[in-house]
Amino acid sequence: MTAHINPKKLIKGATGDWEVIIGLEIHAQVNSSAKLFSGSSTGFGAEPNSHVSLVDAAMPGMLPVINEECVAQAIRTGLGLNAKIHLRSVFDRKNYFYPDLPQGYQISQYKDPIVGEGKILVDVGPDETIEVGIERLHLEQDAGKSIHDLDPRNSFVDLNRSGVALMEIVSKPDLRSSEEAKAYVSKMRTILRYLGTCDGDMEKGNLRADVNVSVRKPGEPLGTRCEIKNVNSIRFIGQAIEYEARRQIGILEDGGAIDQETRLYDPGKGETRSMRSKEEAHDYRYFPDPDLLPLEFDQAYVDRLKAALPELPDVKKARFIADYGLSPYDAMVLTLEHESADFFEAVAKGRDGKASANWIINELFGRLNKEGILISASPVSADLLGVVIDRIADGTISGKMAKDLFDIIWRTNADPEAKTGRLNTREDIDVLIEATGMKQVTDTGEIEKLVDDIIAANPDKAEQARSKPGMLGWFVGQVMKSSGGKANPAAVSDLLKAKIGLE
Amino acid sequence: MTASPSTDLTTLGLSEARDELRKKSFSSVEITKAFLANMEAARSLNAYVVETPDKALRMAAMSDEKLSRGEGGPLEGLPLGIKDLFATDGVRTTACSKILGDFTPNYESTVSSQLWRDGAVMLGKLNCDEFAMGSSNETSAFGPVVNPWMPPNWTAERAKAAAAGTDKGGLLVPGGSSGGSAAAVAANLCLAATATDTGGSIRQPAAFTGTVGIKPTYGRCSRWGVVAFASSLDQAGPITKTVRDAAIFLKSMAGHDPKDTTSVDLPVPDFEAAVGRSIKGRRIGIPREYRVDGMSPEIETLWQRGIAMLKEAGAEIVDISLPHTKYALPAYYIVAPAEASSNLARYDGVRYGLRVPGRDVIEQYEMTRAAGFGKEVQRRIMIGTYVLSAGYYDAYYVRAQRIRTLIKQDFELAYADGIDAILTPATPTAAFGIGEKSAADPIEMYLNDIFTVTVNMAGLPGVVVPAGLDDRGLPLGLQLIGRPFDEETLFSVAQVIEDGSGHFRASRWW
Repeated sequence: MTAHINPKKLIKGATGDWEVIIGLEIHAQVNSSAKLFSGSSTGFGAEPNSHVSLVDAAMPGMLPVINEECVAQAIRTGLGLNAKIHLRSVFDRKNYFYPDLPQGYQISQYKDPIVGEGKILVDVGPDETIEVGIERLHLEQDAGKSIHDLDPRNSFVDLNRSGVALMEIVSKPDLRSSEEAKAYVSKMRTILRYLGTCDGDMEKGNLRADVNVSVRKPGEPLGTRCEIKNVNSIRFIGQAIEYEARRQIGILEDGGAIDQETRLYDPGKGETRSMRSKEEAHDYRYFPDPDLLPLEFDQAYVDRLKAALPELPDVKKARFIADYGLSPYDAMVLTLEHESADFFEAVAKGRDGKASANWIINELFGRLNKEGILISASPVSADLLGVVIDRIADGTISGKMAKDLFDIIWRTNADPEAKTGRLNTREDIDVLIEATGMKQVTDTGEIEKLVDDIIAANPDKAEQARSKPGMLGWFVGQVMKSSGGKANPAAVSDLLKAKIGLE
Repeated sequence: MTASPSTDLTTLGLSEARDELRKKSFSSVEITKAFLANMEAARSLNAYVVETPDKALRMAAMSDEKLSRGEGGPLEGLPLGIKDLFATDGVRTTACSKILGDFTPNYESTVSSQLWRDGAVMLGKLNCDEFAMGSSNETSAFGPVVNPWMPPNWTAERAKAAAAGTDKGGLLVPGGSSGGSAAAVAANLCLAATATDTGGSIRQPAAFTGTVGIKPTYGRCSRWGVVAFASSLDQAGPITKTVRDAAIFLKSMAGHDPKDTTSVDLPVPDFEAAVGRSIKGRRIGIPREYRVDGMSPEIETLWQRGIAMLKEAGAEIVDISLPHTKYALPAYYIVAPAEASSNLARYDGVRYGLRVPGRDVIEQYEMTRAAGFGKEVQRRIMIGTYVLSAGYYDAYYVRAQRIRTLIKQDFELAYADGIDAILTPATPTAAFGIGEKSAADPIEMYLNDIFTVTVNMAGLPGVVVPAGLDDRGLPLGLQLIGRPFDEETLFSVAQVIEDGSGHFRASRWW
């Protein structure tokens, strides 16, 4: 157990501080076109029961056959979690009855999972990085879906999901706050998406978590935990932990005891409620599935998969800091999604890394978020953003103009019926700069005239400025205004200083 | 044998019929009709639960066409019966359980599809114990099968009268679970039949009916489309009239199937070529642990006669020890029910088969499964659920698996010592009466499998060959156990026993 207790993470109770202990079981749907033990499609949103094979429906005499791609995905994920890959693992049956579980058992891995212990680094905030242990990862089948609200008297079952491969990733109880838990899930999602082993789509339920929460007084042994099942958004995970920790503290401070139980989080009410107690817990009667031989592969197979892994977020982040001079925070933000990181690298190639990062994080991300567009569909491509940055660097346009230019490019390219047509090339942008008269005025003669005019119109202010150099800003503003924003501010400032006699 | 116009075609063996069909001594339609007529006349034996005469005649006509062109597969035009455990496309498949209702699959088991691929003709589905759980065919939802061997000292009239009743009281069981398969072969209701064997379900009925039954090595035949009882033990195989017939039939049933990952990717040898091969110098093990208490002296005599035949044929007889044999039966009755309790969970009334509605889904499960499963199946589900439960798993299931490993090692050691095959009795007694054991302590019934379960526990091939009659005139069999995937040696040695013992045919009284 972690020896260090961070006082900032403790929760204040009536009887003193409490430490909250959190462990997560993340269920991540494996990216694969076919199910774990059948050839049925895993496509989302199909007609109910249209992706169901004889195996998925557990017809008599049907047998599971392992989908090798799902195995490879689990190994890739294990490697991405810096975990031990078990060359031999065993599929077990977890037995229970439910209408959306056609076999009457879920094929899972119990004692011998495909992936053992590992660890990942999690950024909790700009200045804090924690290490979270991974207990194990195993492959298992998803269940189907029961639908209870279509008919007052009947329930319906959709087996499209039945048999889809899931990775259950179990963390060690290393998390100490809802913030840490949220950051952990977020990081896990990033890793999975980098690896391409899970799309991380929480809205579709492709990534969901069971959250184990207990509380204790710092330094005391672990308390009794409750498991909050199936929480399907990072925000809800945070809320559920906050509520559950306070609930447990309340009970303990009132002299009560925590019942080990399974609970559900109700996002509407913002509370967790009991689903079943330990006594009602199923006896799953796990035993090795006799239809399947132990899963075995050799180290060479693992090595081949490892060699083909993409660069992972931590490595990428370190490289961005070292190669592009980014701050750790900017590097973290840019590496959250590999699409963003790729975009950044495309922009930063041959350009200033920090300027590129600023433009992407401040302008591009802001606009993408506001309009709900994915970076892969950004109306302003990396190439075009690069041109914008180039034109600032070579003094063609001002930073302010650049923002207007960015907006024009965005609106033009986002409008499918734009009359002018899409902007695609460096030439398109340069023509646009000319046409809109954005080009910065650097012609000193032209600026000089403006400066002279302003000084002539404000002789008293010019006089004041000689003793109060702070006034210079006012003059710069006036000149810029009269130039329609096109004057180069640096040139304006230099001229003003000379004319007023500040040097 | 050559078929003359007066020959009853249904008395032919599979290999004889095959040869005669190729010589065009008769047509597939003719022999198929002869079997259909026999089936109709033998309904009181209750061997078939579904007859498919139209399908049979269609298939036979197609075979005749092929044969007339000099084409056709290894089983072209040969009428066969299929145990009701094999899914057959468009033909009701229920594992002889009420819980499957009128379930009619739209898929064909790999094994049966290979038979049709090779040209065989389907006569119908054969009765068996419910979900293959039983040793007497008395647990079938369709009622017991009658052994074509008449009880000693009975008259045909008495037997006929008893067979006309539903309880068939006093007549003999054909063994189980493949009782319908064994009875159909023994009563000339098909040339040969598919069967399955989880603890002796092919071999014990073969012994009780004077037929040949082989359970091949686990993994030799695909389990895809065969209703599962205990997945790690189930294996399909044939019941036939002769050793050669079994060799021909198994060749068509066997083979790797990518849809069953426990099936083995090994070439299927020409088993028929092994029939008649010399066994000179082969080392045959005689395990002392198979001399069990309560075994009848006739069985001992039969065993000795078998030993003498093999010796005479030039084999070397070696006394061996398989020390963990006595634990096999108890361990089997943990492993098999454990797997069954899980395999049978899918019969829940939700998607197919019987559904008895209840107030809620839990009650629906309870009512459906209480009404759909028979007593023996319920007993095994409960045993299996118990031994897998938290707190009992280590004490029962884990220990049983350990015993299984030891049993396997016993055989491996014997084979490592150069033993080629092991000769044992097939059953402790000849066929018993319907109702005689089913009402008693279930252990009595389970003891029938005492010589056969070890073979399943070790995944080995085992064949039972008729070797004589007991003093009341009922057939008895001897069992040969082989090395993994060495069915060929079993066929060679079994042929020697068959040659030495002759054939044993029930005379027709029904």
